[in-house]
Amino acid sequence: MTAHALEAAGLTLAYDKRVISTDLSVHVPAGSFTAIIGPNACGKSTLLRALSRLLAPRAGTVLLDGRDIAERGAKELARELGLLPQTSLAPDGIRVADLVARGRFPHQRVFDRWSPDDEAAVLRAMSATDVLDLSGRLVDELSGGQRQRVWVAMALAQETATLLLDEPTTFLDIAHQIEVLELFRRINLEDGRTLVAVLHDLNQAARYASHIIAMKDGRVVAAGAPTDVITPEVVQDVFSVPCRVIEDPEAHTPLVIPLVRR
Amino acid sequence: MSVDLGRPVAVWRPRPRTSLRVDRRAVAVGLVLLAIVCVLAVVSLAYGTYQLSLGEVVGALTGNGDRRAHTLVVEWRLPRLLFAIGCGIALALAGSIFQSLTRNPLGSPDVIGLDAGSYAGAVIVTLVIGSTAYTDIALGSLVGGLLTAALVYVLAYRRGAQGFRLIIVGIAVAAMLSSFNAYVMMREDPQTAMIVAAWGAGSLASLGYSQLVPFSIALVALLPLAALLARPLAQLELGDDAARSQGVHAERVRLGATILGVAFASLVSAAAGPIAFVALVAPQIAHRLARTAGPSPVVSALTGAALLVSADVVAQHLAVATGLVTVTLGGLYFIWLLIREYRRS
Ligand SMILES: Nc1ncnc2c1ncn2[C@@H]1O[C@H](COP(=O)(O)OP(=O)(O)OP(=O)(O)O)[C@@H](O)[C@H]1O
Ligand SMILES: [Mg+2]
Repeated sequence: MTAHALEAAGLTLAYDKRVISTDLSVHVPAGSFTAIIGPNACGKSTLLRALSRLLAPRAGTVLLDGRDIAERGAKELARELGLLPQTSLAPDGIRVADLVARGRFPHQRVFDRWSPDDEAAVLRAMSATDVLDLSGRLVDELSGGQRQRVWVAMALAQETATLLLDEPTTFLDIAHQIEVLELFRRINLEDGRTLVAVLHDLNQAARYASHIIAMKDGRVVAAGAPTDVITPEVVQDVFSVPCRVIEDPEAHTPLVIPLVRR
Repeated sequence: MSVDLGRPVAVWRPRPRTSLRVDRRAVAVGLVLLAIVCVLAVVSLAYGTYQLSLGEVVGALTGNGDRRAHTLVVEWRLPRLLFAIGCGIALALAGSIFQSLTRNPLGSPDVIGLDAGSYAGAVIVTLVIGSTAYTDIALGSLVGGLLTAALVYVLAYRRGAQGFRLIIVGIAVAAMLSSFNAYVMMREDPQTAMIVAAWGAGSLASLGYSQLVPFSIALVALLPLAALLARPLAQLELGDDAARSQGVHAERVRLGATILGVAFASLVSAAAGPIAFVALVAPQIAHRLARTAGPSPVVSALTGAALLVSADVVAQHLAVATGLVTVTLGGLYFIWLLIREYRRS
């Protein structure tokens, strides 16, 4: 896969009258693992929805690989750019493998159903997310973490060069969080996919991402390499949390230590 | 290597680059339903005021029977049977489309007010135009159903027509239309009121080839559209964001599916009057029998045909309107649902 950059310029994002962002510009470098951080309700999901054309901006453009996403065909764009929404709904009575297979939709024409490519993609996605053992289970009857991995598998099965993930690690225990993040790092480095993930754990963002975008009140406060963005000043500014930032003794990336409140 | 779905799947490879995954359970259920429809068909052709033997039925169908058998089977009973099958298919598909759209087992055309709307259309035609001709009533009911659907859609629309709102608004509109219908019926002269009431009960008894031909043409024209919309519609059940990020035109699919579901339902109302509950029940039975994800159109259609043909056999036997039998059936379905929910909690 050739990695694509994602470039948003001058975005005004709003739901009806409620304006979330004005003149927002964001740069996602090609082939990067970009993490978006910021407090609740600051507009992270809204930004991802604009980057994936779910929300039409009032003003501004989003360019994928230099081309305006507004001008692409729906399925054509879906073969290049995937999104894992923060919340999704599982159809009543659907089983895991069927749900993952739904990710192949943009690759199928109206009446051709299932190709060996589809089969292979679904298998790869399921083994990468460690859900092969669950394949015949009802999605309704899975634990929150199992379900989350199934959704990630569905997004992976779409096999897009660019993948946007809205809080992919929520509901996961520490072991599966690490597993999923390692998986993202692997597909980022090995397949050369561009990844954008909303993450709430700053230390995980610093450890796994190559590029971090910090947001607050619909604006980008800082963007760049983890060492440039994860600083006491930025964390104070964005989250109003006083902290020290030390070097992670294991990964040598920034590690946020909140100060003890007295 | 292939993915284990936890249930038997047959893989059929017509060409090297394509393979069709067929859910064996769904296929088996489909075949059984087909067999049931065939048996019921023979029963409905053979039984009646004049009973015929199997040989006589087959003879009449192949053109080798005597005049009496020919008249009974081909001219009288066959159109009614074909109507039952066609209406069963149309209703089940309408139900399956609306249940998929609303993500709710109660989302069916009769619940969201289309039947009441068709009925209102028929009532208005008889009162205002003063006509009790079949074509006028059929046209009135078609227009009534379509207008009601448009009204419900517009009232439920808020940044896209959402499932649950559609149901609530539909129930409200249906209630208002029912009281309107009752009011108007009181003002009709008794004879007209009788005709309208008989039509409103939903009957296949008086239908012949002159109604069957336009009905079948319309039904056959709609089926490919249903096939075309089936996958995007199933994809929409993942929620708008997930579906749209996979290349589904959510609003377009929703509008198209709504129109198609309304068309299937109105087709039946126009031809036979409102036949309740088949649209509601068939997709749910199909879903449970085939254990598919969401309502499956093909199994639903076969279930609908089997349901309506059996309801019509019973109706024929008891000499009552088919719609009355399906209403009873629907009542039983709700009691069963209640008991199940009660047992669960
Ligand atoms: N569909 C919507 N209609 C109206 N307002 C919305 C809608 N979705 C989000 N908002 C508002 O937009 C703002 C930004 O929401 P958004 O979902 O982008 O936040 P977020 O940064 O993803 O937060 P979180 O970390 O809690 O997921 C919030 O104030 C929210 O109330
Ligand atoms: Mg969010």
